[in-house]
Amino acid sequence: MPSWDLLADLQLLLEFHFMQNALIVGTLVAVLAGAIGYFVVLRGQSFATHMLSQVGFPGAAAGVLVHTSPAVGLIVFCVAGALGIGWSGRSVGAGRRSEAAAVGSILAFSIALGLLFVRLYAGSAQGIYGFLFGTVLGITDQDVWLTTATTVAGLAVIAVIGRPLLFASVDPDAAEARGVHVRAISILFLILIALSVAELVQVIGTLLIFALLVTPAAAAQRLTSRPGLGLALTIGLSLLVMWGGLAIAYFSLYPVGFFVTSLAFATYLGIRIVKAAA
Amino acid sequence: MSAAAVEFADAGVRLRDRWVWRHVDLEVDEGAFVAILGPNGAGKTTLVKAALGLADLAEGSVTVFGRRVRRGNDAIGYLPQRRNFDSDLRIRGFDLVRLGLDGARWGFPLPFADRLSGGTKTARVEEVIRLVGAEAYAERSIGELSGGEQQRLLIAQALVSGARMLLLDEPLESLDLNNQQAISGLIQRICQERKVTVLLVAHDVNPILPYLDRVVYVAQGQVVSGEPADVIKTETLTRLYGAPVEVLRTSDGRLVVVGQHEPVSYHGHET
Repeated sequence: MPSWDLLADLQLLLEFHFMQNALIVGTLVAVLAGAIGYFVVLRGQSFATHMLSQVGFPGAAAGVLVHTSPAVGLIVFCVAGALGIGWSGRSVGAGRRSEAAAVGSILAFSIALGLLFVRLYAGSAQGIYGFLFGTVLGITDQDVWLTTATTVAGLAVIAVIGRPLLFASVDPDAAEARGVHVRAISILFLILIALSVAELVQVIGTLLIFALLVTPAAAAQRLTSRPGLGLALTIGLSLLVMWGGLAIAYFSLYPVGFFVTSLAFATYLGIRIVKAAA
Repeated sequence: MSAAAVEFADAGVRLRDRWVWRHVDLEVDEGAFVAILGPNGAGKTTLVKAALGLADLAEGSVTVFGRRVRRGNDAIGYLPQRRNFDSDLRIRGFDLVRLGLDGARWGFPLPFADRLSGGTKTARVEEVIRLVGAEAYAERSIGELSGGEQQRLLIAQALVSGARMLLLDEPLESLDLNNQQAISGLIQRICQERKVTVLLVAHDVNPILPYLDRVVYVAQGQVVSGEPADVIKTETLTRLYGAPVEVLRTSDGRLVVVGQHEPVSYHGHET
């Protein structure tokens, strides 16, 4: 049971291997999701991101159905989803109506497909539950390596395209005139989201991925409009809610996903209330 | 004779199955303030895009500062035609201007990189923000600002990388009269103090008429250029349109163009 002695609590927390893995993976995921999420919220692509975190579901089910690895099916469907969105145009900001309509349509269909595949496979609901909510407290060492590789690769991509991505996100016309290939960068970014989500969803589930991609960034952008600071704040908030959620979940009976997501939401709500009152 | 900032030589651009304009010969001197006028859909924006290397030339050539046009030319500052920024867009005006400096380069802006390397980039951004008079609100989020304030910051963004030429596509369109005059005056000041060539697409020539060196009139697939008094004239425009067009001067010196096909009026602004 937790006491008020924080040091002792920390030792308790780090005692077991599964918890160490959970914290390592949680940290990596929070950093990557935060970094990507900052741009997602800036570009107003939260819905598209939600879709990408769901579209892997029929992919995984299809993978099982055709006797290949569900992970492969998941990745294929995620990337296909990204290309599907990217194909529908490069509108930014308020003009995202056509994108949202396309996303909604694909999302509905993909969930229906998943339902069909699961029926065909006559599989259990356990797989679906795992997909949605992950197995955060059952993370293997292999998962840790996978997550590390994904995070490093994802951060490397952002390190390379960060500036033109920012430019294309806030001012696509001027960016285009200065030689930024806005359409190409948009599609590349969607694929980055797709691949990151495809890898991370296997470890922590759809709910957590989506919560970490959107909520900390949304909260951070309420606090500042400076890109560098906003990005740092997003990652910081992401880490805080992840660690907080894991710590609380360890000492309680309830799922990790619930605590992390609730903390993230509470942070967002708190910031909005404070800003509204100011 | 001053060097040509922009030169069109027998240039022509097609869109789908028709020519937008053709056989365009045009020379703009360095440091000149030029207005590009004409009815909607005439191809004014296409002219600007040709100078930016963003239009496919079917015929002829376009050179800027003596070299063939290409995309991403730092010597040209471009203000595309636009509505206001989404009010939810959370980026600081300062950073938007800063993107004009290195936003197109690969990489990632590390938080303190500029400060460690002498702060030159920050200094340039601050300097150009002072030039356009936007110091008071450059720290605020761009979405919160008014049309005129956003326009000043966008002009700063276009200039920050040391542009020698400004291409502005209808920069005064969504501004009220006061702001139109203020921004016109600002552009004129930049043109004179910085020796920047200005090509400005406009619907209404009147706010900038006092500052113009030349006028480029685009209509019916053709382009006519010359002194304002020569181009915005009944005879010239009638010849250009191939239909009766009359240019009237109001009592306070403004120009009004009235024609048969399209009641193109150059006074005030439509709501």
